Amino acid sequence: MTTATRLFGSAIKRREDPRFITGKGTYVDDVKLPGTTHAVFVRSPHAHARIKSVNTAKAKSAPGIVAVFTGQDVQTGPLPCAWLLPGIKIPPRPVLAQGKVRYVGEPVAIVIAESAYAAKDAAELVDVQYEPLPAVVDCQKAHAKSASQLFDDVPENQSFDWSIGDKAKTDDAFKAAAVVVKQRLVNQRLITNAIEPRACAASYAPATGDLTLWVTSQNPHVARLLIAAFVLGMPEHKMRVIAPDVGGGFGSKIPVYNEEVAVCWASKALGRPVKWTAERRESFLTDAHGRDHLTEAEMAFDRSGKILGFRVATHANLGAYLSTMGSLVPSYLYGPLLSGVYTIPAIFCRVWGVLTNTAPTDALRGAGRPEATYMIERLMDLAARTLNMDPVELRKKNFIPADKFPYQTPVAFVYDSGNYGPALDKALEMVGYRKMREEQEKARKNGQYLGIGLSTYIEACGPAPSSVAGALGAQAGLWESALLRVHPTGMVTVFTGSHSHGQGHETTFAQLVADDLGIPMEQVEVVHGDTGSVPFGMGTYGSRSAAVGGSAIYTSLQKIKEKGRKIAAHLLEAAEGDLLYEGGKWSVKGSPDRAKAFGEVALMAYLAHNLPQGMEPGLEVTSFYDPVNFTFPFGTHIAVVEVDPETGHVKILRYVAVDDVGKVINPMIVDGMVHGGITHGVGQALWEWGAYDDQGQLLSATMMDYALPKADQLPSYETARTVTPSPVNPIGVKGAGETGTIASTPAIANAVLDALAPFGVTHIDLPLTPSRIWQAVKAAKK
Amino acid sequence: MYPAQFEYHSPASVQEAISLLGRLKDDAKLLAGGHSLIPMMKLRLAQPKHVIDIRKIPGLSGIKEDGGAIAIGALTTHYAVESSSLLKQKCALLTETAGTIGDPQVRNMGTVGGSLAHADPAADYPAAAIALGAEVVAEGPKGKRTIKVDDFFKGLLTTALQPDEILVEIRIPSWPVGTGMAYMKFPHPASRFAVVGVAAVVTADGKKVGVGITGAGTKAVRAKGVEAALSGKTLDAAAIKAAAEARSPQQGFLANEFSWR
Repeated sequence: MTTATRLFGSAIKRREDPRFITGKGTYVDDVKLPGTTHAVFVRSPHAHARIKSVNTAKAKSAPGIVAVFTGQDVQTGPLPCAWLLPGIKIPPRPVLAQGKVRYVGEPVAIVIAESAYAAKDAAELVDVQYEPLPAVVDCQKAHAKSASQLFDDVPENQSFDWSIGDKAKTDDAFKAAAVVVKQRLVNQRLITNAIEPRACAASYAPATGDLTLWVTSQNPHVARLLIAAFVLGMPEHKMRVIAPDVGGGFGSKIPVYNEEVAVCWASKALGRPVKWTAERRESFLTDAHGRDHLTEAEMAFDRSGKILGFRVATHANLGAYLSTMGSLVPSYLYGPLLSGVYTIPAIFCRVWGVLTNTAPTDALRGAGRPEATYMIERLMDLAARTLNMDPVELRKKNFIPADKFPYQTPVAFVYDSGNYGPALDKALEMVGYRKMREEQEKARKNGQYLGIGLSTYIEACGPAPSSVAGALGAQAGLWESALLRVHPTGMVTVFTGSHSHGQGHETTFAQLVADDLGIPMEQVEVVHGDTGSVPFGMGTYGSRSAAVGGSAIYTSLQKIKEKGRKIAAHLLEAAEGDLLYEGGKWSVKGSPDRAKAFGEVALMAYLAHNLPQGMEPGLEVTSFYDPVNFTFPFGTHIAVVEVDPETGHVKILRYVAVDDVGKVINPMIVDGMVHGGITHGVGQALWEWGAYDDQGQLLSATMMDYALPKADQLPSYETARTVTPSPVNPIGVKGAGETGTIASTPAIANAVLDALAPFGVTHIDLPLTPSRIWQAVKAAKK
Repeated sequence: MYPAQFEYHSPASVQEAISLLGRLKDDAKLLAGGHSLIPMMKLRLAQPKHVIDIRKIPGLSGIKEDGGAIAIGALTTHYAVESSSLLKQKCALLTETAGTIGDPQVRNMGTVGGSLAHADPAADYPAAAIALGAEVVAEGPKGKRTIKVDDFFKGLLTTALQPDEILVEIRIPSWPVGTGMAYMKFPHPASRFAVVGVAAVVTADGKKVGVGITGAGTKAVRAKGVEAALSGKTLDAAAIKAAAEARSPQQGFLANEFSWR
């Protein structure tokens, strides 16, 4: 096959889209089981309170009611946190509140009725008496002796005190520095807002003791393991978890949630299916939130602009309880990213994980990496201004040179491959950097404030390997599974442990398989999301599907071809070594007519009439691929904005993105991910804010208040790629789901602050709302 | 999102709707486009026992010239206002204002009368209605009465409408040819409601000026100080700047309450 016709690398339209855009997908809420009951949760209106009493009598006599259960009824294990850090305190997180509530929205009771309306009406009749307690919301204020404490045995609300890097060496670097830039930076709280709200439906069969849970999960096997073995205490093999079509995750569908366990427990108690679908307001209040860091960051430079050291102290807001990956995100997904794309001889990062009366935090697109990148890239711009250097020159001066890979950073990572200069140069060329700077000068003279912001970022995808993760506290492996079942007719079903909730695996994985086997894509079907048919898999997060899930499929493909070659050689009476596999058939080198097609070999594998001696029939392989390292995509994003100092309004004029995500299986899908990712990060830079008031009430709990980006606020993105294949995995891919989000927040922030440079404004906290910009300009003018 | 139980009424005439209102009183809410009422019901912030759907009442929508004024039926959608050639020609301020409301879905459902009667402090129409010197026609058990826009908005979500009255029409007085009109707003990035919205109408000779402000207080207001500072002046940059600073002292701005945004 020629390169031009390869399926690998082709912009094939997503085969899942016809069913999605015609409304024919099957989401959890579409699952209609006979005899289904509907659940509504009674939730805490208080951020922190003692529960004095729960009276369910009225609710239990409401029309259509089936049952009402409270924390006293639902006695299970606590919801688990799956990453243990040294000395970490993990206070128990009950399925339904026990004695106390610790954030607004925490479930107190489950009300089950014949219809969702009846359940909702009955839920209003549950009478909960609370004794309000003082709430803590700000994670720095919560981290104090005088602060109200969420748990008696967690003093100063500190769950963990974690650090990475060499403190002494870093302190020395600062002593030797000619220039130090220092800034307090806020990564504000964000709320994911996947288009499909969380939902779950549990069905327990008393006759067999089997429990099936349909759930909006990014990782159904992990959910099954945690719920069955750790929370419910039931045999794992008696539970089946199905995550059917799932409408977006962005990290918020990784954790195990209260509601999922509650419906399982209730279905078992009632012997009837129980279903719950979140209302949008519940999504705002109770989906795991993201970010919420308060950081003091400082970077040391020599006089020429070379970075000498980087020192970071972060308060990470964990919310009221530790979510499933709540401890991982602000530690190992954050500190190790602090070297960015730069040679930094010494780094030290300390993180305090603090409990507050807010919704628990967990992964949100980028998870730790955007927090780190925002800091590095903001400090690079601050330093450029202090050193009076162009931000491009400062970055180039500190890039890890292309010949230094694999590169060991001072914060644990070994970067697989990279070539940062060409991506930067390409982005500069696309935006017309020099000319843009001239335009900026001219515009300033006319009272127009243009800003140009760069972000030269690194991303870490596909966390790995399992042995290292285990040593660092992971309570799970980081490999992926792939079962390839070749049917007698040569059709192929791929059972992947990855889970697609928007990523397009049904297309990309089929491309990967069809390309490698040289068969039409129509012969390949991809199955995911069902523990009843897919081998144990780790699911999808951290942009790992292609790099880890794809590599698992690739590994199975090679094993299939190995067995196929043996059968073909036997049938052709040729030596294995004399066979070529090309265009979907094995042929004898030099005599192309002597050939066996993939389908013929598959058929013989199942007929078993004529197989090599001792060979088992069938053609099916399961592989478990454990990567040796993360992959490290990188790139340069440049934003050009205009800021109106009179109103504080920011208009994004241009946005250029050059990403290197390694090899690309489907460029159209990657472009889509890059576009969506950029938009997500722009949202953090300019609009999105999960804002609580001092009493712990969520102020931005509806779409009327939480400002998601809208199409007409954004320019048409100009995207391009460089390709540096990853040497870590056999297919050379890196990962593309989060690069945009990681890169765009600092690009926009740097652009806005560049625009405001003539006013002497050096910093504004995110999000850069008009009122904050206006106030900063006003304050600077004084 | 499941609203509490309610009874649904679909009267065939304004009179029938009025008698329902008279009978059901505070337990009833009128449903027009539903873009304020239904979300509030779904959040259970509003739990009316009765919903009176006036959408099927004939004759309550449409835009026409009527004795020197322009009459707009209460059920006329924002989209119909936005796309009306009559308004584009005679009162472009309203088409411009309507075009800034929400998004196309909202504009296809939401109605002029519903917006004015709801009196959301951040709604767009009130500023325009004030600047234009509009009149609101209300119909009750005793028949119709006309309310000047300056007397219509009473406070946060409250108007001069009596509990048994229905807003049936908006009347826009005719402005001379060559009158300049504009609506500008600073939209909230999430809701697109006006953080502040200003509508201005100035005749070519500069003698007659109308300025309405929405979003910045508990109700939309006339910027009397600005109007006074502008009328009769030559509208150069200096005069406009001076007028903009001529704030009326009675206006209590809400800005600080929303500072977290």
